[in-house]
Amino acid sequence: MTFTSSARTADGRPDLAYKPNLSRNIGSRILTIIAGLFSGIAVLPLLLVLGYVLLKGASKISYTLFTELPPPPGLEGGGIGNAVIGTIVVTIIAGLVAIPVGVGGGIFLAEYSSGGSFAQFIRFGTNVLSGVPSIIAGVFIYGTIVTSRIVFGNAYSALAGGVALSILMLPTVIKTTDEGLKLVPDDLRRASLGVGASRFVTITRITLPTAFTPIATGVVLAIARAAGETAPLIFTALFSPFWADGVFNPIATLSVLIYNFAIMPYETQNELASAASFVLVAMILILNLFSRWLAQFASK
Amino acid sequence: MSTDTGKLYLLRHRPPSEKLVDVAFKNLAVILASMVAFILLAIFVVVFFGGLESMGRYGWKFLVTSDWNPVDDEYGAGAAIYGTLVTSLLSLIIAVPLGVGTAIFITENIIPRKIRNVIGLMVELLAAIPSVVLGLWAIFVMEPFIRPALELLHTLLGWLPFFSTPPLGPGTLPAVLILVVMILPIITAISRDSLNQVPPSLRQAAYGVGTTRWGAIMNVLLPAAISGVVGGVMLALGRAMGETMAVTMIIGNSNNFSLSLLAPGNTIASMLANQFGEADGSQVSSLMYAAFVLIIMTLAVNIFAQWMVKRLSLKY
Repeated sequence: MTFTSSARTADGRPDLAYKPNLSRNIGSRILTIIAGLFSGIAVLPLLLVLGYVLLKGASKISYTLFTELPPPPGLEGGGIGNAVIGTIVVTIIAGLVAIPVGVGGGIFLAEYSSGGSFAQFIRFGTNVLSGVPSIIAGVFIYGTIVTSRIVFGNAYSALAGGVALSILMLPTVIKTTDEGLKLVPDDLRRASLGVGASRFVTITRITLPTAFTPIATGVVLAIARAAGETAPLIFTALFSPFWADGVFNPIATLSVLIYNFAIMPYETQNELASAASFVLVAMILILNLFSRWLAQFASK
Repeated sequence: MSTDTGKLYLLRHRPPSEKLVDVAFKNLAVILASMVAFILLAIFVVVFFGGLESMGRYGWKFLVTSDWNPVDDEYGAGAAIYGTLVTSLLSLIIAVPLGVGTAIFITENIIPRKIRNVIGLMVELLAAIPSVVLGLWAIFVMEPFIRPALELLHTLLGWLPFFSTPPLGPGTLPAVLILVVMILPIITAISRDSLNQVPPSLRQAAYGVGTTRWGAIMNVLLPAAISGVVGGVMLALGRAMGETMAVTMIIGNSNNFSLSLLAPGNTIASMLANQFGEADGSQVSSLMYAAFVLIIMTLAVNIFAQWMVKRLSLKY
């Protein structure tokens, strides 16, 4: 087989120079431009949403926003203090449930299982659970905790909302713990067991602290995601126009407040929804950037 | 944990108290890991038995009829199921070229690394914006902005059943657009990761035989990364089907079946979000039935995605 090419230089050697006017090179450039346009379009929504939230929300940030209750429909003024507290309370409950369970499950997957069928099943289940729509977590908690009323007295409660959110956090926490622990070199475990430490001591004193940053990164991301969730809360934690009244009663959250107030026909409520969006987005972006910083901090 | 660490553990005689702590800790980890399976099973059982009454009463008819009348106790989720399928598939059709194109743009050596990282970071931050905030933006900014375009669509293509109604504000097409925004980050992130995992030697080989940049992308890189890309697309489909808040706020929540994309519609998730709070009696059961249908749909898509990733995983 001979290689013939129409393009040859004057001295008869193949011409390998880049020719921008060849149709294939033009086609390639056009595709590159299209891809560039597409990534511009992909980034655009973030800029537009952030710009909107910033413009509409930032001007309403004031001291009273965090210290006052939302006004009754039709009245002016007020704040979103109860929703800020509620979001923090519900997210803490979710974290208190999901972090121990998730880290424990991750420890099992990374430290005790040797790739058996049970561990494979749990990994598969974790992936499936992370694909369960968030509203289904709400339906599930509604069907168990809210309607049964046996667990926590009052039907709708902050606790029910927190548990619903913890279901959404769980897969993320398990996965990051599992992956974080897998990054710990086996030599560390051998060294620890070699000096006679028990497996419990090895895990709690050596492997877990070594894997702390990747685990913390994942946990912070999971918390950020849970803090922004609305769907599971609208019929578990419900909403309350008053200050939080313990964890056994309905509680206001920023996300549900945004949902409720955005679709109300009152100007004041719509503005409070914008202000709440600003606070919520700021909280979540700070958590996200914090987790990114944690990850970078670890890689140094 | 490798087997030699197991042997190391056996080297020393261990006092009973230490053994007890070890065994207890291991069992605790097993129990906590089992919680995942337990929760998954419990979700199935609770939603299935919650909807059992409705399943018995309406059977398969529930899936194709679209009455939703709490007064007469007549329920059918046809419109919501149709809405779920239409919104998620349409949003996928729009989001896949955008997402994969972005992924290619930020993995290939087209622009400086710093700018690539910034675009990647921004797409990831887009995923962090809560759904409810996107819904708020959709109501107050996006929908008024695109309404003239939708009206033009109606006047030009009104003879098609898909654009047969004048846009009233909330509707299926605005919901599709906001879903595109929500699933773009997933497609981009997963496609980018799988493109990054393609060995550099493949790329070098392609350029070595004199291909253009897009010759390499289309014939070598994308085929090599296809499992990850398809897996990401399927995950995005599952996410789009279950996405609730932004859709609920912009789709209009009408249970009247309409082929028109400009008319208000409904999805299973938005129906659940809207009605669960004040439902009782057989309405709860019907909503649970609809929720069960949603679970089956998203699970099928998610399991298919995982199978796809496993089956088509990189063979290089």
